[in-house]
This record gives sequence, structure tokens and C-alpha cells, in this order.
Amino acid sequence: MMKSSQKTWRSWFGGVEAETPEEDLLESKTPTRVQPLDFDLAPDDPLLAYFLGAPGVVEVDRLDFDSPGLRKLKEAGIRMTAPLISQGDLIGLLNLGSRMSEQDYTTDDRRLLNTLATQASPALRVAQLARQQQIEARERERMEQELRVARVIQETLLPKKMPELHGWQLDALWQPARAVSGDFYDYITFADGKLGLVAGDVTDKGVPAALVMATTRSILRAAVERYSSPGELLAYVNDMLCPDIPQNMFVTCIYIVLDPATGHLRFANAGHNLPVHMKEDGVLELRATGMPLGLMPGMTYEETEAQLSPGEGLVVYSDGLVEAHNEDGDMYGFPRLRELLAQQTSQSQRTSEAIIQLLQGDLAKFTGPDWEQEDDVTFVTLEYIETLEGAPSQQAAAREEQTWSLLAEFSLPSEPGNELQAREEVAGIVKALDFPEERMERLKTAVAEATMNAMEHGNHYQVDLMVEVRVLTSPSALAVRIRDHGGGKPIPEPETPDLEAKLAGLQSPRGWGLFLIKNMVDEMNIEADEVHHTIELIFNLEGSHS
Amino acid sequence: MNHAFAVSVRQNSGLAVIDLSGEINAFADQELASAYSEAEQTGSTNIVLNFSQVSYINSTGIALIVGLLANARKSNRKLVVIGLSDHYVEIFNITRLSDFMNIYSDEASLLAETANT
Repeated sequence: MMKSSQKTWRSWFGGVEAETPEEDLLESKTPTRVQPLDFDLAPDDPLLAYFLGAPGVVEVDRLDFDSPGLRKLKEAGIRMTAPLISQGDLIGLLNLGSRMSEQDYTTDDRRLLNTLATQASPALRVAQLARQQQIEARERERMEQELRVARVIQETLLPKKMPELHGWQLDALWQPARAVSGDFYDYITFADGKLGLVAGDVTDKGVPAALVMATTRSILRAAVERYSSPGELLAYVNDMLCPDIPQNMFVTCIYIVLDPATGHLRFANAGHNLPVHMKEDGVLELRATGMPLGLMPGMTYEETEAQLSPGEGLVVYSDGLVEAHNEDGDMYGFPRLRELLAQQTSQSQRTSEAIIQLLQGDLAKFTGPDWEQEDDVTFVTLEYIETLEGAPSQQAAAREEQTWSLLAEFSLPSEPGNELQAREEVAGIVKALDFPEERMERLKTAVAEATMNAMEHGNHYQVDLMVEVRVLTSPSALAVRIRDHGGGKPIPEPETPDLEAKLAGLQSPRGWGLFLIKNMVDEMNIEADEVHHTIELIFNLEGSHS
Repeated sequence: MNHAFAVSVRQNSGLAVIDLSGEINAFADQELASAYSEAEQTGSTNIVLNFSQVSYINSTGIALIVGLLANARKSNRKLVVIGLSDHYVEIFNITRLSDFMNIYSDEASLLAETANT
């Protein structure tokens, strides 16, 4: 068998006179000592064909044809060469230069060289194969290590924990077919309390899919604040992705915006499997049309709305489930999924967690024990456990009661200057907790700013609208909750004001309130429902005792 | 204690000093602006904001100070701050106002500093 690629042989040459004095061995200038000679022999070099056709010792001087390899041997002073051939492959040359006695090589010399070559060939071959296997094993090990690292990196691109939403239970399962996955999901928490949910599936699997997955996720993440409309967001991501994605790849993706206060959903779908709405009396597919992302630019995406009621849920899933095959070659398919979900009628069967376990179990049952997972599998589930009125469920209320105890509450009309009253009142209530001076000052500033925000932006300084202030403690923290009537409109995320732009007159000098609050407290939470905004200021107590 | 905002301007060793007292919030806007132009008219390029009698600065007050600072920089004047409590020094640091205005604990240390340079 001939290898088609050009190879470099390492061959050896030297004199056969063994009587050379010992000190000569150490004399590196002696030209006739054993030394390796590297040279390339092209697959089309006639010398190669000659060696393979006429095995045995070759007298170089006697050859006379046009061959780069032959020229090289002659230039190196090679007189005789024994091609080392194994299984029809030239694996090396045993070369001899001139005899040190300057006499010609004898027939015995040639015979000896021939015998040597015959014995050396298989030994050299074995050594070469062993070395090659070693290199391949090292390479495999390195790639496996890289994939392990890639998996760890990819996991950081997925949500580290489920967002906590009052009245909602969320769960997810991400199960790659290989070390890394083309499936992804993500949650985005908005300042107005809404939740964005993304699920995507890149064509194919493994490393190429994982790279496209990372790109898609980054584009989505970067754009999500700018587009409140799911359809516009997907159109933008599609346009950004198109120039960068390999031609035969695309991404199916669904983007859902949930209002946890009402159960209202707005969503757009770029060719992803239709999510299943689990109603009290059956299941429904949520339909919105749109092309997968990355196929062609300028696409538009239909935007649809839906309403989840308490006790209902949503199931989002990737191809890895519905396109799984069993031993007989049957596909899992949508009908089986729909039927299975429709059978889950009791409340305990329909929890977010139970649905994921159900799907995982049913997939395993369908494919059998020896299944090699064909594609990445992802499930994302939502469950609405809150009552219609928007009040927290009993368990949630009980949990709340246990953690926080109310120290005091009061309310103030929305009149300019009343923030100072709130500030002094809270300071009086908290006095017993023995905050150090510096933390007390921060608390006072945060309360004043939050109250001012509530009066100005929430209640628009309407005197009859009250700002309600509640001061609570838990074993480890103090909470001040300040509530206004500005619900339904989001409080923006606090941003770091750009002082340079303000000083240059490019921006209003105002806009410091939320930023100040955030820097005064250990934690700031904003909650909004249809009627109210609540800003929660948390101060850890451990720190205050130090 | 009187919380209402009050302001007056005086000169000391070639510096125009604006003495502030009470609360710096939206209500201080007009008076602060006219005190600042009065300080400008002294011809001094160094204007001192004296906060030693100030009990409260809110985010609107911060915005007013940002406005003064923007004006001062436009006309190549230096704005210097004295008499801030520790809490408001922290706020000047958080807002990065301290990157643009030198802060001295009191008038004496400011004068000592300017005498040395």
C-alpha cells in the first residue's frame, strides 16, 4: 500500500568498518560516523517506485535517472542503500557512505546489509506504529479534556438558578447528546417584574452547534432590553445572526414574555416546537409563525398572546424529545407528547417538576435502555400556582410570615418634602437596632430617595395618593418596603449616571435617585403589579454588629 | 433646628465662599443659582462651596451641584468643597463628583493648602 502524501524518512548512513579507534567515535567532525539523514521523497519520485519494485540492497552510483531523491542521496555521499519495506510501504532507508578504507564494498558487505535491512524493517515498523498510537492517544486525551472544559464553559451560559417569581414555579432540564449542546434556554428578569423566557435549538449537535448557540445567546442577551416586542426582538436577532452563521446551520428559537402578575403571555416563534399550554381541561398548542433564525435576513415574526390561569402551566421542549427513535425506528412524535400531557389532570401531576420527570421518564420508556441519545434534549416548564386575585398562595404567605416580622408601618401623602418625614420616622423605628452611625446615614438617604421616587414618579405628587412604608426585620436583615400607586409602568433599572456627559451639558444633571439608593443598601428589590410599585431596601444585620 | 435652605456669599483670601445651610433639594434651586452668579461676579476663579451647616442633600441637590460644576468648568473656574459630613463625602465619592472637585474638611485646611501652593 502506498501512502499518497509526501513523507519524510529518517535514514541512517555510515561506514561499516568496525575497527575505528574509540576516540574517533567522539570526534564529531568525522564524516563517516553513523548519523541520521532526513529527506523528503515525493510519492511520484521514480526512486520510490524503484525501491518498492526491487527490494534489496541498491548501489546508488549505478542508478541513473531523473529523481530529486536520488540526487539528494548522491549529494549526501551515499554509496549503498537498503530500503526498509514493510507491508508494501517504504518506511526507511539504511544508507552507507564510502568505506573508510576507501575500497569498494564486497559481496559480503552487501549480504550483511541485506540481512540487517530484512530484520530491521519489521522492528522499525512496530516502533513507528507504537509511537503513532501514543501520539493519537495523547491527542484524544487532549480533545476530551478540551470538551470537558467546553462543557463547563457552556454550562455557565445557562441560568445558574431558576428565577424566583411570586406565585410561579419554574423548572428546566438540559441534557446534551454529546459533551456540548446546541440547545439553550435563558430567563431574563425585567425591572417591571416581567419575565422573558428563551428556548433555542441549533441544527446539529456537538461543538459546531455549541459555538452557534453561544453566539445566538449573546446576541439575544444584548438586545433583549431594547425590544419589548418579542417579534421585533427575534427579527433583530435574525438579522444579526445571518451574516455570521455557517450556511447549512440555523437556530429555532421561541421567546416568551410572561407577566407574572396576570399570567399574560406574549410570544414569537422562530420555527421552534410549539409550546404546550396545559389547561385545566386539556392541552393547547401556542402558535406563532416565523422562519428559523439565520436562514435569511429581513424576516418578520408573528406575535401572539395567550393567557395562563392559576393551576395552568406551559411546557417548552426541543427536537431531542419528539424526534427520538426507538429500536423499531418509530419516532416519539407530537401526538404521543400531547396525549401524555393531556392525561396529567391532577394538580400534583402538573407541577413544573413533575412534568419534567414525566417527560424524561416517558422518553426513556420509549427509547429503551440501550438508547444512544440522538439529539440534545431540553425541557422548560412554567406553572402558575398563584390565585386569581394576585394574592400569594397560602404557603408563600406562610413562608413570608416566618421570615419577616413587621416592626412598624406608616403612610404619608405625596407632598414635596415629605421624604424627610419618612426618613426621620424610619430612623426612629430602627434606632433600637443599634446601627452604626455610617449605616444609619445610608439607611436615611436610601429611605428619603425611595420615598421621593414614590411620591414623584409613582404618585405624581397627588396629595391624596399615599406612600406606604413598612419596616420589617428577620434574624439577619432589616427591610424597608416603600409602596406607591404607579403600578403597570416599569421602574427603570438603576444605571450608573454618566457624570462626564452631564458636565458637558449632553445629559440632564438629574437622574441620581435609583443609583444612590442602590449604593446605600445591601440589596434593592423592585416589585410591580397592576396597581403598585414596591421598592424594597435590605440592610444586612450581621454587618452592623461588626 | 432650622432646616430651610439659606445661602450667602463672602470673600476670603481671594476666594469666593458660598456658605450653604439647611437642606439642599429642589427648593434650593433659585437661591443657589443666584448665589453662584454673585460668586462669579467677585472675579475670583476659585469658588468654595461651604457645606458645614448643611443637614441634608438629596438627589435633586446632587443634580444642582452637578449643574454648578458644569457652569464652573465652562468658564474655567475651579469649584472646591469644604465642610461635608462623612456620609456626604461618601456620596460625593459614589457619584464621582470628588473626581472633579477637591474636598477639604474645613476652611482652615483649604487656606493652608492654597497658602502652600
